[in-house]
Amino acid sequence: MTDMTEIDAKVRKVLAEQLAVEEALVVPEARFAEELNADSLDLVEAVLALEEEWNIEIPEEEMDGVKTVGAAINLVATKLGVS
Amino acid sequence: MSASHKVVVTGIGPVTPVGTGVDDFWHGLVSGRSGIAPISRFGTDDLPVKLAGEVTDFDTGAYLDVKEARRTDRFVHFGIAAAKLAWEDAKEPSVAPERGGVIFATGIGGIETILSQHLVLLEKGAGRVSPFMVPMLMGNAAAGHIAMRLGLTGPNFCTTSACASGAHAVGEAYRMIRNGLIDLAVAGGSESATLPLTIAAFSQMTALTKNPDPATASRPFDANRDGFVISEGACALILESEERAVARGARIYAELAGYGASDDAYHITAPDPSGAGSSIAIRAALADADEEPSAVDYVNAHGTSTPLNDASETAALKAVLGEHAHSIAVSSTKSMTGHMLGAAGAVEAGASALAISKGRVPPTIHYATKDPACDLDYVPNEARDLDVRLAISNSFGFGGQNAVLALRKYA
Repeated sequence: MTDMTEIDAKVRKVLAEQLAVEEALVVPEARFAEELNADSLDLVEAVLALEEEWNIEIPEEEMDGVKTVGAAINLVATKLGVS
Repeated sequence: MSASHKVVVTGIGPVTPVGTGVDDFWHGLVSGRSGIAPISRFGTDDLPVKLAGEVTDFDTGAYLDVKEARRTDRFVHFGIAAAKLAWEDAKEPSVAPERGGVIFATGIGGIETILSQHLVLLEKGAGRVSPFMVPMLMGNAAAGHIAMRLGLTGPNFCTTSACASGAHAVGEAYRMIRNGLIDLAVAGGSESATLPLTIAAFSQMTALTKNPDPATASRPFDANRDGFVISEGACALILESEERAVARGARIYAELAGYGASDDAYHITAPDPSGAGSSIAIRAALADADEEPSAVDYVNAHGTSTPLNDASETAALKAVLGEHAHSIAVSSTKSMTGHMLGAAGAVEAGASALAISKGRVPPTIHYATKDPACDLDYVPNEARDLDVRLAISNSFGFGGQNAVLALRKYA
């Protein structure tokens, strides 16, 4: 059973890898554009990696409001039915 | 527009199976080092060809960070590396950004990206295709990345003319500097297309040798040659106007003195056996350099090791140079590098500039048996000291597209 702690750790790991930043910087409050230097294509690619990791679908429109790492973690958790 | 400017070569950045960087590359060429070996990047059990020229010691991390490397095709990795090496070799010239151009060729572009993303599409669906696929596969990607890195905002494009692509890039950049449109250019070409599919495709058209012996597979002008060896890599040249280069005290390898281009208008892949089409480009390059055919000392041949090219090229040289063709040195560095396709013309322009600068011409290695149709002095197997005042570098592509560069000792 996937729990929140596991999701949190995995999302941060995947994002750090995709965005090529130190995992220590990928904290819930980190904003993608401002703190993690990620442009729109970076985010599309990061979402692909999250989809791949959990075999989930994240439609583009659901990504629109996701500006921080924390929001991404919550989105994945919702998709997996964990919260 | 201002008057005609002399154009000089002040930096060379080779990334080849024979060597990377000027010193390693040149040492490899004059010592007859072969870059051809069994293919290491994928299995060849089901393929008709087992050999290629691979840049086996390429350190991507020395030129790109992890994120950049993932979002660029291997041909762009090579292109970025070549430009960086050339730029450093030229001692990092400063130029007004809009007066610096990048003309950077590829014959095939990001075919590895196309194939891998097509698999993603088939296996996982449209939603999993990379958002970077287009900027990864496009042939002009290397030129764009090089401009971003060096901050050059002048003319920027990619030339594509199969195996003549790199020579066309160098030639077009030369023209822009000569005509006063820009002061400096990063010009060259890059290729990474050694894949099972391209091996199969080139092999089906009988262009590749099926010879499994690395010691004899690429043997330009030899009677037993039977096809080229596919290869990869890149080369960038830094071209500058003479005024600029002299003013900043740059080391000058050679003058890029002329450029000629033509088409065989004969067959989409086979060269005109008479060499009529390539002769036009050779004559045009010499006329552009204001030189007589009798002034040529060295020819860096296209010399692919295919039966058709090497005979046709020999015919073209004899048609243009007449008897003088028999008294000069002609060598094919493809005997060592293999055929780097869209990068070849730039690599060979670099080799020609070095031959002039060092007073030594690289050999045609693996040469053993004379072909009556190829009866010139191909500098067999051993490099030779030679005071080269005027060299020409031939590049002939599928499509019948020919580009010839004339390089002159800088005085």
